[in-house]
Amino acid sequence: MNLRRILALINKDLKKTTREPAVLFLLLVFPIVLTFVFGLAFGGIGGGATTSFDVGLLNLDVTGPNTEWSDSFVNNLTSSEVFVIQEFTDNITGQAALQQGNLDAFIIIPEGFGDSIESYYGSPFDPSVWTNTTINLYVDSGSMMAVSAVPSLVQKALMETIFGSESMLIGLPVEIDSPALVESSTLSQWDFMAPGIFAFAAIFLTMIVAQSMTYERDEGLLKRLRTTPVSSAEYMVSQTLSNMVIAVVQVALVLASAFAIGYRPATGPAGIGFAFLIALAYSLVAVGFGLIAATISKSADVATGISFVFIMPQMFFGTFMPLGGATEVIAKFMPSKYITDALTTLFLRGAPVTSTIIWFDFAVVSILGIALILVGIALFERFGTK
Amino acid sequence: MSESAIEITNLTKRFDDITALDNLSLEIGWGELFGILGPNGAGKSTAVNILSTLLEPTEGTATIDGCDVVFDPDCIRKIVGVCPQEPAFYPHLTGEENITLMGDMHLVPKDILKERIKTMVEKIGMEDHIKRRAKDYSGGMIRRVSMLMALINDPKIALLDEPTVAMDPKSRHAVWDFIRELKTQGKAIILTTHYMEEAQELCDRVAIIDEGKLIELGSPTELMEKHQAKNLEDVFLKLTGKKLREAF
Repeated sequence: MNLRRILALINKDLKKTTREPAVLFLLLVFPIVLTFVFGLAFGGIGGGATTSFDVGLLNLDVTGPNTEWSDSFVNNLTSSEVFVIQEFTDNITGQAALQQGNLDAFIIIPEGFGDSIESYYGSPFDPSVWTNTTINLYVDSGSMMAVSAVPSLVQKALMETIFGSESMLIGLPVEIDSPALVESSTLSQWDFMAPGIFAFAAIFLTMIVAQSMTYERDEGLLKRLRTTPVSSAEYMVSQTLSNMVIAVVQVALVLASAFAIGYRPATGPAGIGFAFLIALAYSLVAVGFGLIAATISKSADVATGISFVFIMPQMFFGTFMPLGGATEVIAKFMPSKYITDALTTLFLRGAPVTSTIIWFDFAVVSILGIALILVGIALFERFGTK
Repeated sequence: MSESAIEITNLTKRFDDITALDNLSLEIGWGELFGILGPNGAGKSTAVNILSTLLEPTEGTATIDGCDVVFDPDCIRKIVGVCPQEPAFYPHLTGEENITLMGDMHLVPKDILKERIKTMVEKIGMEDHIKRRAKDYSGGMIRRVSMLMALINDPKIALLDEPTVAMDPKSRHAVWDFIRELKTQGKAIILTTHYMEEAQELCDRVAIIDEGKLIELGSPTELMEKHQAKNLEDVFLKLTGKKLREAF
């Protein structure tokens, strides 16, 4: 294997990326545009502003000797500034407002709420004598952010009501990590989506590889190269490396664009470095899928269509879409899910780079990438060069 | 260096039930410019593809400077320059970058490569256009660049498949001069063409093949005398019953 040949072929591919307007747009301009558009659409631009939730409240604990507890709970909900409380006098109207999308959540404080807390303080170590009640919480399932944030914030307000903010610091064997809940008050939907942008941008490498390989095959360029001493291994390594370079540039562009619109991932330089690393691993996946698409395709145009067979599932099951049920199972087969998951863990949850989950994700992407690229090379050399 | 530049012995290539090349035997010497003429589908490109290691023969053998096309393709790729019938080039690269890429594939030393490109480009009359993107070239320009891409490694053997198609007369004559100079350097050259005057003007010997079989072999003068013809076009007409250009 000769380095000069590999570098010459990489140079040829990178020049195509910068000189062909369509390729330039898809690989380098598109990630920037995508970041700005999603940032604008989902609250990233002007980031740092406090996000609030419209919450309906029905307080049924308005009579009796212990109503000060429900008043205190309502005060705690209101004082957080995260909730914009709208009081309702009946359940039906509140539920209707939630279903019509006028509310992010609807809380019902039950009758006897204050009595429950009093019974707790009467015998804090004897649950058998407590008066149990349940707060009903309904959240708009169409709002990914409300589903994620509201229950935790209500829980926090409840704990403050029962124990007070000072008493939360002492005497309990189990601690509730309230600072994390406070942090979540500044998150926008963009913060949840941003990690997916990194995978989203790199997904299109598959199409470029498939188009490029079929073009070179159809135009006789592969044949021409095969009349020179360049080996198949040198050619395939150059294809892989040039796409890895593009993946690194894409991550840098997405990061720079995201920073420019106020995105601040909850990680440090090591976490940013990890983003580059996992994007490199993902570029192997993209090249592998690209080679398989090129093998199947009879022309560059067909390659574009075939590429979407690999691109679309990864886009919808592995980047932005909220997962659950059957989609959760399907997503496990999508390499993009693991890059999104790792970056979400780092950028949103603020996990350290030593976290086992991100390295598990990295291992999955790397192993899939290597396997796909080997399969892609074998298929392309066997069936795709003719 | 082996005695013969190219030795082809009983070369046969079948694609399913079609015999593209049928028991072809040829010997081509160093410094010889050898033409292969034949109608479309005669087997010319099949022969060139086998010699350039892109195809494996069904039967028979072919060696280039002693290297077997099947068993030692790496040896052949180092010493052969192939100019394909359809010029393959990267449109987003300039003419110079396309040629340099091929030079890099052959590991031509950088300083020699630069100097060689300059010299060859001047000889072929492309100096005003070589830094333009190839996608903006005319058909004739592309052919000329394609030939330089094939010859940038200063190969011992050149396989030129229809190198002057779609060229204007001035460019064609520049290419003819270039090919003649290659011959004086002692290179063996195989040229396929459907321009009879080109074969007559340039080739030391020509092989006429039809339906994969060799039907005549000799120098243009010998063939014209043997068949009492005014030119190679007439020779071809007498042998195959069809005009060469029509046959293409």
